[in-house]
Amino acid sequence: MQEQDLAPPVALPMLSPEARRRQLKEKLIAGVITAVAFTGIAALVLILVFVAKEALTLVTDAAAREEASFSKMFLPQLVRKAKPLAYVWQPVSGVPKVSMIPLFIGTLKTTAVSMLVAVPLGIFGALFAAEFAPRRLREVLKPTIEMLAGIPSVVLGFFALMVLATFLQDTFGFTSRLNAVVAGLGLALAIVPVIFTVTEDALTAVPRSYREASLALGATQWETAWKVVLPAAAPGILAACVLGFGRAIGETMIVLMASGNAAITSANLGDSVRSLSATIAAEMGEVVVGSPHYALLFFIGVELFLFTFVLNMLASVWTKKVIQRLKGGAG
Amino acid sequence: MKKTLLSSLVALGLTVLPLAAQAGTVTVKGSDTMVILAQRWAEAFMKKNPSVKVQVTGGGSGTGLAALQNGTTDIAMSSREMKKAEEDKLKAGANAAPTGLSVAKDGVTFYVNASNPLDALTVEQLRDIYLGDTTSWKAVGGAEAPIVLYSRENSSGTYVFVKDAVLDGEDFASAAQTLPGTAAVVNAVSKEKHGIGYGGAAFAKGIKELKVKKGNEAFAPSAQNVKSGKYPLSRDLYFYLRNKPAGDVKAFIDFALSPEGQAIVTQVGYFPVK
Repeated sequence: MQEQDLAPPVALPMLSPEARRRQLKEKLIAGVITAVAFTGIAALVLILVFVAKEALTLVTDAAAREEASFSKMFLPQLVRKAKPLAYVWQPVSGVPKVSMIPLFIGTLKTTAVSMLVAVPLGIFGALFAAEFAPRRLREVLKPTIEMLAGIPSVVLGFFALMVLATFLQDTFGFTSRLNAVVAGLGLALAIVPVIFTVTEDALTAVPRSYREASLALGATQWETAWKVVLPAAAPGILAACVLGFGRAIGETMIVLMASGNAAITSANLGDSVRSLSATIAAEMGEVVVGSPHYALLFFIGVELFLFTFVLNMLASVWTKKVIQRLKGGAG
Repeated sequence: MKKTLLSSLVALGLTVLPLAAQAGTVTVKGSDTMVILAQRWAEAFMKKNPSVKVQVTGGGSGTGLAALQNGTTDIAMSSREMKKAEEDKLKAGANAAPTGLSVAKDGVTFYVNASNPLDALTVEQLRDIYLGDTTSWKAVGGAEAPIVLYSRENSSGTYVFVKDAVLDGEDFASAAQTLPGTAAVVNAVSKEKHGIGYGGAAFAKGIKELKVKKGNEAFAPSAQNVKSGKYPLSRDLYFYLRNKPAGDVKAFIDFALSPEGQAIVTQVGYFPVK
């Protein structure tokens, strides 16, 4: 570019002024688009750097290292005299107890419940909408479910807290009214539309010729949908599930309102749970900036980021494999 | 059309922003227990002094005191005394002489579901329940059912008060469910047959307030018992400031402590300091 500017009369003798202006405009537009794209990436990187930097106090600061060492986070600790070692999250105690284990368990429990409910619901809903529903119904169904995605999570949390909790306790006799099942179902309401929409797009993107070939070979509509269309859309469906998982693990408001927020280490889904994200939301308000507790909350943020990052990577690797296999099968 | 809209928005911004930044604003932040009270004070005060704006927000005592340290509030409401560490940090950080004053009294009450047959428990029994050593209502003379514990987020002053006054500084049982705000605790206990929770006496609606047993006598968290100190779980509610009160802040605090302000305390359901 520099050289062109230096010797314009020789390099561009044939271009009219108008054409040159157009060329310049093109370059300008391309430049702006590139800049915008990189702003997005830069913002993401800066956020990560900021969060990681605040969490770094846990390693650099001696007092923080003492209060929240990694062994205290991940190994069982003596909590009360003459009691067995335990995993306890009590960061504002006289002797802070900062075990991450109950938070991991809580997050996994709510996420597992919500995925167990939302994945089949989302995928079968999308399969119905894409393959079986009459056109009219489909045109109503899709926007309706997509509208569900627009409901603020605090409303879903409120619904789970006031209605679902009482109903589930009356039905299943849970000891505590607010528990992993209630929070998980509330979360499922939030992620079903995500999974549904993306899956539906993936299913409709499968070429018509696949279906026609399958039907021409004598397969029923169900066989076509289940054995041909669904596998062909598998990468898209996996992406839908990963998106849903990311939302479920990071969703805060619903879990904060409906889970009871007790950091219990148990496998029982009827017990109250405390999740990583809800812990950040509940405790960020009171911590003094720069204290070990503050750094600890940022460390939780880093963990959440890593979770979704690793999962996304695994999923994309797996997706590539599936695409490879599909191509191999077709060829 | 667009331009006029934009310019009028800018003009609005230019006129509103300086107004908001003027000294005529008093921000009050902290204890959820005190939010209703401070809000009432603020309303009555602003009626008398229309030029002054009082903004009240909750979030918990710890939140208020942290905001005081970060310099984002004029007054921190706290339902507990400021900790030594907080005071030191405040002194070091803001080159301030923190002042605190008691503006009302409160009896921390334990709530149970209206259907619970129990009327009174001793402080020791409450301690065992909240430490997780007593897990069945039967052990304290109630029905044969597991006790469902409700507690507050650890930014709450009530949480700290109960921890110090009832649990002797020990940690709450892990099974205690933490809820944001006393209203949430009251709501949860009103729906949970075997639940128990705690909070300020002003909130106790739709549930049963437990009396506290001392020897053979049981005391209700009434104005008399709190004032006389017979009810063992009473506490002061504080305003904390970075420095000695001055200007609008002083006027607001003076109003809160005036007979009129203290009458509002009684209306809200707490107990006057004077």
